[in-house]
Amino acid sequence: MAAKPKLYYFHGRGRMESIRWLLAAAGVEFEEEFLETREQYEKLQKDGRLLFGQVPLVEVDGMMLTQTRAILSYLAAKFNFYGKDLKERVRIDMYVDGTLDLMAMIMLAPFQRPEEKQETLASIVQKAKTRYFPVFEKILKEHGEDFLVGNKFSWADIQLLEAILMVEELNASVLSDFPLLKAFKTRISNIPTIKKFLQPGSQRKPPPDTHYANLVSHILQF
Amino acid sequence: MAGKPKLHYFNARGRMEPIRWLLAAAGVEFEEKFLESAEDLEKLRNDGYLMFQQVPMVEIDGMKLAQTRAILNYIASKYDLYGKDIKERALIDMYTEGMADLYEMILLLPFCPPEEKDAKIALIQEKTKNRYFPAFEKVLKSHGQDYLVGNKLSRADIQLVELLYFVEEVDPSLIFSFPLLQALKTRISNLPTVRKFLQPGSPRKPPTNAKSIEEARKIFKF
Repeated sequence: MAAKPKLYYFHGRGRMESIRWLLAAAGVEFEEEFLETREQYEKLQKDGRLLFGQVPLVEVDGMMLTQTRAILSYLAAKFNFYGKDLKERVRIDMYVDGTLDLMAMIMLAPFQRPEEKQETLASIVQKAKTRYFPVFEKILKEHGEDFLVGNKFSWADIQLLEAILMVEELNASVLSDFPLLKAFKTRISNIPTIKKFLQPGSQRKPPPDTHYANLVSHILQF
Repeated sequence: MAGKPKLHYFNARGRMEPIRWLLAAAGVEFEEKFLESAEDLEKLRNDGYLMFQQVPMVEIDGMKLAQTRAILNYIASKYDLYGKDIKERALIDMYTEGMADLYEMILLLPFCPPEEKDAKIALIQEKTKNRYFPAFEKVLKSHGQDYLVGNKLSRADIQLVELLYFVEEVDPSLIFSFPLLQALKTRISNLPTVRKFLQPGSPRKPPTNAKSIEEARKIFKF
């Protein structure tokens, strides 16, 4: 298990960012190969490393893993971020799936036309405030513990922090009615590996801009 | 672990069908409570039964589980249909996530505007023939075994066969150039639990028709 995991994706967040977060949280160093041209992407497809012809691709532990959730679940299990038993795991899965639903909306936005995009961004903030954040605020309130599941740092905490920060980029006051989530955000951000990832110079990627959206739509041809 | 699992959804395939397939294949009897009106959904929401205000929801082992993937992961683990270790699980996840992408396209077909339907069907046919079926045929060819992962029945086989039937309803010719997929379909269909599920009178739901679409619109208000 010598080599570092290697990530193949565009130089931006997209579907790879959650994977970067998980690796960073685990304190695992990783390499990245950035797709910058259509030719590079086609070569990767022809090489046969992309099971469904798509990225993200992560080479880890001798496997060529694609499909974001498959990669995330593998890493979560490997780094002991997946709970201590099946019942904890299903709670982590539920929380993560809800969070990823919210994040999926955010991922679409850069590729939409301006009118659609405005609507999407408003919808994201609204859903965050009425459907998703209240759930996690309630979970934290009910057990009064520092982490979402099993009184232990897990994938659910990492995924939620990532989502909170992304929604805050759209609306800085989105946590104003959620005191426990505010405290959660501070607490998780201060975990040393996370703190390091949040500092400039880390492998965390910036929010998508027009250049990124154009590059991706050019390479993926949509 | 007193009662049977109880599935909350409306009387149609939708996002609950893969859960029905998995439980049935595992030989697990289950009950179903069908939503028939917008009020039924409101009641579940007001009673606090739906974590993110959505269905599917499955009551199992004293829990009210939400999120299709979380539910499928739980059932697969509980009934030993999830591989023997995290590497096998990663492969199973990779395969089932790819299946879910194709499944989603077919699932949404009845809800797309009439003028877009032909293009959507063409896209499904293209992706099936060029991306998804070749990937799974290649996996089966690479090891020559009866099951996709670890020479043992797993959720990957069950979900793939469900997908094969689903695709067949769109275009039965698509599977013709994939002999190993055809053989898998036959083999899995002949497992006693699956054969029973494929027979009339089972909890398997029929293809989505205009009536189901109207019911969905009414209940979920879209």
